[in-house]
Amino acid sequence: MRRVLAAVVVTVAGLVALLSFRTHVTSSERAVASPRQLPPLSPGEHAVTGHTVTTVYGPVQVRLVERARMIVAVTILQHPAETAMDIQIGQYAFPRLVGETLTAQSARIDSVSGATYTSGGYIQSLQSALDSGA
Amino acid sequence: MLSDFPVSAAFPAVTGRVRHAEPVMGTVVSFDVPAQARADGSLNDAIRWLHWVDRVFSPYRPDSDVALLAAAEITVDGCADEVAEVITACAALRVFSGGYFTAAPSGVFDPSGYVKGWAVERCAEILSRAGSVSHLVNGGGDVQCAGRRPGSGEPWRVGIADPARRGSLALVVEAADSAVATSGTAERGAHIVDPFTGRPASGLASITVVGRSLALADAFATAAFAMGPSLAREWTESLDGYEAYAIMPDGETWQTGGFTTAE
Repeated sequence: MRRVLAAVVVTVAGLVALLSFRTHVTSSERAVASPRQLPPLSPGEHAVTGHTVTTVYGPVQVRLVERARMIVAVTILQHPAETAMDIQIGQYAFPRLVGETLTAQSARIDSVSGATYTSGGYIQSLQSALDSGA
Repeated sequence: MLSDFPVSAAFPAVTGRVRHAEPVMGTVVSFDVPAQARADGSLNDAIRWLHWVDRVFSPYRPDSDVALLAAAEITVDGCADEVAEVITACAALRVFSGGYFTAAPSGVFDPSGYVKGWAVERCAEILSRAGSVSHLVNGGGDVQCAGRRPGSGEPWRVGIADPARRGSLALVVEAADSAVATSGTAERGAHIVDPFTGRPASGLASITVVGRSLALADAFATAAFAMGPSLAREWTESLDGYEAYAIMPDGETWQTGGFTTAE
């Protein structure tokens, strides 16, 4: 059940992610489809409306309808009028693991991801060294 | 002469890079941006955004919207619009994670588990909108990259902290236009609560999630950490567009199938 649920939401997230792809930045505004008339909710249903995500192609907003902890409907409330070609442009770069024995000095890293540090913990962190150009 | 060329995002008038570290939200947010972002004010806009988020969303400030909401002194209607946006996202993520991600980890409304990643991702968007195609924002260990490494066309290289050895890296993730979020116990101890037991989760030393959005990657990492190793592995494998790398307390590691490994 969880897998099915996951697939539905990820499809939505994936769509928004694709639309967010920023390699082909344009400054021109594009036409936006009018928001749609929404069907009323049945008893026991609960709607969650996502925030409008501003993408380079225009604003995108989705709405999920939940019933008994399952997502039963996904509606794209707002989307750029012109997308079909553009969505195909984005090539997703799969993340790659580089597993050699590493020290921060030898790894040529740009940043460090780890458990969230406090501002006190930051002072001793590798990120702090990177920020100071060490 | 420079003035002979049109000044636009594609032909920045200012070249070079700027690094900036901003203390905010109880941590430090680090920026690696084109110098143009300082010149055009977008770096400053991103920093002001973070402080605004802190004022509105901090559960530790008695006058923040979130603190007043948790104390039932105001309703969502009395809050900044972004509060409803965050509540909506948290509700969707709770469903999506089978209840392991929650905006009330200790029973009191506290969306901090979502807010930082979301706010840092929004910083990267502010910089993109101003014309930057290559920048990186790191919010206390959770990273949003836009584009690729400046100049080279190579992906960004993000080191994953070794949870067992402070100051060392476990590995490096190469990623373009992606977020890298890690949850773990190394910095602040066992602070992520399994909402089904009410006890701090400790089955993983750290879990890193890589994907397009930092708001989602960060929430997925938190949820997976709360799940514990076996459920986290199954769940992260099911995530389309998001990959996970986990380090166990005994140093063993596992990863989802979508990572490619360097030769």
